[in-house]
Amino acid sequence: MSTCSADSVTSGQEASAGPRIVRFEVWLHPDEPDRHARQIVGLVEDGKRILAARSAKVYLIQGLTGADAIQRVGGELLADGVAEDIHVGVRPSEPGHQTIEVHHQPGVMDPVAQSTWAAITELLPEVDGRSLEVRTALRVEVQLEQPARENALRHLATRHFANPVIQDIHFQPWCPERFPIPPHHPFELVHVRLLNLDDEGLMRLSRQGHLFLSLEEMRAVQAWFRQRAAVAKDDPDTSGASGDSGGGEPTDVELETIAQTWSEHCVHKTLKSTVRYRSEGEDPVAQRWVGRAGHETESGDGGSGPLVIRNLLKSTIAQATRELCEDEELGRWCISVFKDNAGIVRFDDEHGVCIKVETHNHPSAIEPYGGAATGIGGCIRDIMGTGLFAWPIANTNVFCVADPEMDEADLPRGVIHPRRVLEQVVAGVRDYGNRKGIPTVNGAVYFHDAYLGNPLVFAGSVGLIALDRCFGDARPGDLIVALGGRTGRDGIHGATFSSAELTDQHADEFGHAVQIGNAITQKRVMDVLQRAAHWKGEAGDEPVRCLFHAITDCGAGGFSSAVGEMGAQIGAEVELDAAPLKYDGLTYREIWISEAQERMVIAASEDDLPSLRRLCAAEDVELCVLGRFGSLDAKGEAQLVLRYSGREVGRLGMSFLHDGIPMPTRQAVWREPARPKVEGHDDESNAIDPVATLISLLEHPNIAAKHWIIRQYDHEVQGGSVIKPLMGPGQDAPQNGAVLRPKLSSRRGIALGCGLQTAIGDPERGGDSYWMALAAVDEAVRNVVSIGADPSRIAILDNFCWPGCDDPRVMASLVRACEGCYDAALAYRTPFVSGKDSLNNQFTTESGRIIRIPPTLLITAMGMVDDTRLSVSSDAKRPGNLLLIIGPTGPALLGSHLCMVHPEFREPGTDEIPKVDLKAGPAHARAVASLMRERLAVSVHDVSDGGVLVAASEMSFGGRLGMEIDLSEMPFVDESRRSIAALGFGETPSRYLIEAHPDDLPRIEALLGECGVGYGIIGTMIEEPCMRVHVSSSLPNIELDIEVLRRAWLRRLDW
Amino acid sequence: MATNPATLLTHQGGPDIVTIAGNSSIGAGPVMADARGTPIARPARRRQPYSGAAYIMPAMKPSALLIRTAGTNCDAELAYGLQAAGAEVRIEHLHYLIDHPQVFSKASIIAIPGGFSYGDDIAAGRILANRLRQRLLEPIREAVRRGVLMIGICNGFQVMVKMGLLPAFELDRIGTQSVTLADNTSGRFIDRWVRLEVPAQTRCVWTQGLDSLELPVAHGEGRFVVDRPETLTRLEQGGQVAMRYQAEDDPNGSMGHIAGICDPGGRIFGLMPHPERFVDPTHHPAWTRGGAALLTEEPAGLAILRRGVEAACQATVAT
Repeated sequence: MSTCSADSVTSGQEASAGPRIVRFEVWLHPDEPDRHARQIVGLVEDGKRILAARSAKVYLIQGLTGADAIQRVGGELLADGVAEDIHVGVRPSEPGHQTIEVHHQPGVMDPVAQSTWAAITELLPEVDGRSLEVRTALRVEVQLEQPARENALRHLATRHFANPVIQDIHFQPWCPERFPIPPHHPFELVHVRLLNLDDEGLMRLSRQGHLFLSLEEMRAVQAWFRQRAAVAKDDPDTSGASGDSGGGEPTDVELETIAQTWSEHCVHKTLKSTVRYRSEGEDPVAQRWVGRAGHETESGDGGSGPLVIRNLLKSTIAQATRELCEDEELGRWCISVFKDNAGIVRFDDEHGVCIKVETHNHPSAIEPYGGAATGIGGCIRDIMGTGLFAWPIANTNVFCVADPEMDEADLPRGVIHPRRVLEQVVAGVRDYGNRKGIPTVNGAVYFHDAYLGNPLVFAGSVGLIALDRCFGDARPGDLIVALGGRTGRDGIHGATFSSAELTDQHADEFGHAVQIGNAITQKRVMDVLQRAAHWKGEAGDEPVRCLFHAITDCGAGGFSSAVGEMGAQIGAEVELDAAPLKYDGLTYREIWISEAQERMVIAASEDDLPSLRRLCAAEDVELCVLGRFGSLDAKGEAQLVLRYSGREVGRLGMSFLHDGIPMPTRQAVWREPARPKVEGHDDESNAIDPVATLISLLEHPNIAAKHWIIRQYDHEVQGGSVIKPLMGPGQDAPQNGAVLRPKLSSRRGIALGCGLQTAIGDPERGGDSYWMALAAVDEAVRNVVSIGADPSRIAILDNFCWPGCDDPRVMASLVRACEGCYDAALAYRTPFVSGKDSLNNQFTTESGRIIRIPPTLLITAMGMVDDTRLSVSSDAKRPGNLLLIIGPTGPALLGSHLCMVHPEFREPGTDEIPKVDLKAGPAHARAVASLMRERLAVSVHDVSDGGVLVAASEMSFGGRLGMEIDLSEMPFVDESRRSIAALGFGETPSRYLIEAHPDDLPRIEALLGECGVGYGIIGTMIEEPCMRVHVSSSLPNIELDIEVLRRAWLRRLDW
Repeated sequence: MATNPATLLTHQGGPDIVTIAGNSSIGAGPVMADARGTPIARPARRRQPYSGAAYIMPAMKPSALLIRTAGTNCDAELAYGLQAAGAEVRIEHLHYLIDHPQVFSKASIIAIPGGFSYGDDIAAGRILANRLRQRLLEPIREAVRRGVLMIGICNGFQVMVKMGLLPAFELDRIGTQSVTLADNTSGRFIDRWVRLEVPAQTRCVWTQGLDSLELPVAHGEGRFVVDRPETLTRLEQGGQVAMRYQAEDDPNGSMGHIAGICDPGGRIFGLMPHPERFVDPTHHPAWTRGGAALLTEEPAGLAILRRGVEAACQATVAT
């Protein structure tokens, strides 16, 4: 270790402004591998190759005095004596090297700095924590063939180490003398001129104030405040905060509260609206909707013509659950649906499991790492805020991004390269989930160029909840208690931002909406809540009870949403000064709407406050009392009152806040998308080359191995892993989903899977979201059934990511997807238990071009597994075993990966959408489940992306066994249209591949016969490591070494 | 009562010991007797048949103390594994132990579970290591003198080496760091199963008689590095290498492929792989392939924990 001595950086006169900053640099020993160097050495930047690079962790610490303190912090805390050197001050660059330094912008969450601060105060008790300040940075020294220009270095930094939205990039070591003191804003109550605005003025206010409300909504807000002003004139005593000085105008915080509560993100105003749906041309699918709950023809006679659907969500998705829950058993199984932060179903006699899936698209577009991390962090908080606290047991994630191999020159302004987006979202989920100790067990990645400016990040979380902790309600008189992170200026306007459309300017305009999480702060809160929810008294000898009456998380909208929601029925009064702040200078408005991470709000009786305080102190969790629930206005109606610095700054009626939003009727117009008709019949003369096709399918990024992602996630923590993402003798057999045992002392488990069938819902490619929804449910069900879920105990979730629905055609596709969800849920008897939508997913480029994402519906399935020992994996098990296919194949090929890898391929079927048969699909699932229950299926793999030969290849190389397959043995829906392309590579839904022992065949055939399920015995496992496929009498057989297949599948995303 | 099984134990009201042993609902014996798979090729092992039964009479159960703090996250499954191996388990927060150091004197096993203590901020395990060294070094030294069994897994191992509890060549060198666990060569976190070997001459009581086994790793900073070549020689010659990755299966580029080390007496054991994640046959990534060995042998992680518990039990009896 080099010697620590106070050099020029710390020497000199101590000015009256206090101690100066000491700069520490931690350098790896020269022979130690450097991961930052590894990322960039060998790359070409600015036409010059990067020859070498070294990185150092930089700590800027203000408030350390004396050589001894500096020595101890450097030697005992910051550097590892075995592998690292500490340098105090700036180590000079070596000749020919250039410096890149990345510093967090002030106010951006920096967990390492927080931990370092705490560790120093413990290491050096004499240091005054109040004057101690720590910031961290990264220094990278690069040596190129010739010196690069600053712009090139900036590009290098933003591509690999930094995001200018939250970080500053320097090209010299940066060390100010002192950190600036944040400006102090004296309290000033701000009123906004609203009452006399015309329509144009209202819309200007909506956009410039980042309210993102529509004209109707702005008018409703104006009307409410006009009325309040009128009442105030008559009776000044009952007026709100704005009564005196503001002349009846609303305060800024009042308007913000309404905008947050009314945001698409929080209120789902599109999905809950009334829709007028009209078809241009034939629409046989929609004719079946007439007469359903909430559906009426406009003419009222039940005939054709426009259909009026009241509350789309309630009349389709929630309606399916309502009808299913009329069944006594399903009704008993579903404990809480659509009401809470997450849906709860029964797990066993003591516990339920709850599940939630969220999206965090817009934040991830401008800061993928922080966006994805807070996406999963927020979803976990939702689980913790379900009922009276659930313990998170698993995470899932699905990403939709553009082609990661696209040329950087083609990137529009304001867009981060798709590969960087994917790398960063994976890193965000990894760092958050792994730190938190929640296994990330299931997911998918879907690539489509239209996600370029607006990638999608879905994050799911599952929790285990005691059956007597499933419901909670705040009571009048309860304290409003906030736990966890401090409030800062980060994440202002996240809720309204997520409801807007992205443009190339958003990174600049909404940098402040970005939040950075701190998983460990959240873990501390989780540990406290777990104990508070099952409190046994100080001595541990009292009957178990819960120390709070209600809980929710501070997500979008911050305190505003959390307190507003919990107090919706009973009212609440809030003292904004009480919130602990990260730094001085926040206004009352910022405190109220900040979406700073890792905060939970509980409603607790005053009597339990001492116990809560002790629990929090024991786990290093900050607690504050923000106010009290229960506040009624003169008329006895619940109200929200906000105070700051002894003054009232806001007063709103809860009923207006939660029910005052106008719900205009939305227009939906459907026209069947044009599909170029293909005539004639596949005579196999111009058929595709099956060998090359199979290889290119395995290489397709949607299908290729995601091991690069999976291996970075801890998918085994908590010790309940049963079916992992990759299994088999080489740990590379992809599985259909995940099975885990939430309770280590039990064999019961849950199975998680997902369905995503974007290609057949994409209207640009002739798709129809109705069939997409059916196929997505079918796929999600297939996923979980094939790993052991009981088909009669599967809960599903919907996540809609749609482009702007102001366009009636887009709205029509949303309606059709909802109707598809309804039909599928009833057919499969899978209740929806929770869901979420994210609309306005489109990006406007500098030149004004709008890139709309394809309508994207993620269906997540969670099934109950009675005995996890009956789960099976997909890898082929034994030579001599038979390969069976369950379910006939159809000719439809639209949206298939075959068509993606061969866009020129125009054969019959390429103009047809594969349609789920709602009778056959559920029957197949039940048949497969029966086979597994009887232990007749040794392996099961669902047939999805890429078709039968891709699925068979995965089984084959995953089990290190060859296969002989005869496609002519596959049953076909319509023999007259039998086609090689569809047999080998079609993506007909509801199909499964089963490996079985030949001795079991009679029992299998009897069972499948009973179920009335079409099947074929199409192959055999062989010792020889070869995939041998008899395609047809006129085409040569496929004969490929399984290692060739495996490598093709592995290499594309082997980053 | 409705406890969450993920965190069964809390000092609020003392330890709630969940009995798992042989008569638990989880059952015992072969998982799938008629699985029609091929057994994967596995080297022969000297290991007891897996019956799922407790090996120790309840009256003699040694008591294990699990130390947790902010960011610890493998505590519940380690508690489960130690209980399955026959110990009574008590999980305590670092803050509680700082206020009640006498708790150490009641423990015959001390365990530091995996996780991300303090977020692994600055470096993996660094802050917890510093806090233990500053606040609890004496009770820990005293426990070492008493011959208490200790295990540090993953983050716990990182903590042990960074606070100088391993390799502990001499008692008075406890508190001085001489080896470390640095970034994986790949520069990335990795979760996968690895094949491991136990050196025949190891002194480690936790791995005695286990010559080859499989366990999962899940870490970003697991590359074993020593301060000077003599340290490595000393570890090798003193039988302090408790476990190695098979050369072709080294996930992080460790010196000598070292996955775990112990103190000269073999009772203090630190390792990067996770034994608590292989205490049930269905934990194994190839369990669905059946195979007699996999399904009837004691899972390797449980075998490790049981050896520690048995050694602690003998020590308890001896005193």
